[in-house]
Amino acid sequence: MAAICSLYIINKSGGLIFYKDYGSTGRMDTNDSLRVASLWHSMHAISQQLSPVSGCTGIELLQADTFDLHCFQSLTGTKFFVVSEPGTQHMEGLLKHIYELYTDYVLKNPFYEMEMPIRCELFDINLTQAIQKDRVALLAR
Amino acid sequence: MIGVGKMKQYSNVLDRPLSKGKQEVSLSAFAFLFSELVQYNQTQVDNIAELERRLEDAGYAVGARVLELLCHRDKGNRRETRLLGILSFVHSTVWKVLFGKVADSLEKGTEHEDEYMISEKELLVNRFISIPKDMGTFNCGAFVAGIVRGVLDGAGFPAVVTAHFVPVEGQQRPRTTILIKFAEEVLRREARLG
Repeated sequence: MAAICSLYIINKSGGLIFYKDYGSTGRMDTNDSLRVASLWHSMHAISQQLSPVSGCTGIELLQADTFDLHCFQSLTGTKFFVVSEPGTQHMEGLLKHIYELYTDYVLKNPFYEMEMPIRCELFDINLTQAIQKDRVALLAR
Repeated sequence: MIGVGKMKQYSNVLDRPLSKGKQEVSLSAFAFLFSELVQYNQTQVDNIAELERRLEDAGYAVGARVLELLCHRDKGNRRETRLLGILSFVHSTVWKVLFGKVADSLEKGTEHEDEYMISEKELLVNRFISIPKDMGTFNCGAFVAGIVRGVLDGAGFPAVVTAHFVPVEGQQRPRTTILIKFAEEVLRREARLG
């Protein structure tokens, strides 16, 4: 029933700084998740260059037969993306909310080093709540 | 500008009433500033106890000034001279000015006569801070403990003030308790006053 399979956060040089999976589908081991992260970073950069329209900011949504990938890039180049079931709605809102949580509980934490993997208890707690809320809202729809 | 014409003109700056000023600052701005304060102090120390002490010292200066300001603003240049009076002054007046609310609780220590505790479910300075596992019991509330020590010391109640995390049943996050241990002389004076 999980609409969201996994969440990735990658820093501006393509390194994976946060990974979490939800439910059993699309689970990945550490090496694979790192690979997906840097692969996505490169594809995102290439898509910007290849785009026929000027001012393109990169792929926002990748639709495949078995999954959707929604991506949000912040102004500083940090990318957030979620892998979800095909046709899942309102992922942009969720990504924005996750970005908000990142700015609050990661960037305002004096013990976090920029561009390094995120290990913040408060971020984890609030993220879990946000995902849960999103699921409840999804069921209600 | 709105209201410019209405403002009464004072020829002498000393005649002007002390304004209460804008009561609130941006929480984000404060959180970033505090985060930088902690990060800077982290580069200056080589152990956690030292970091705690530096944060406390930073708070002490704030506390001393806050006491001065509030005695003038709220109490007509009087200050509390009794133990319970100064404690409730810290718990309500100081807390309200600094954090916009009264502290969650003020209790007397059960084991020792000279200990009092101010507890806060979520201390404002800790709102966005997660302590890494390897730092053990370190609490950024040391800054607030320093403020409390500054106020008490300035008012003539020397005390040792420390901040601790206390786990709460059924809650994911521990609350922060500010433990105040008064100096002997304070209790002796208090006993004499009856």
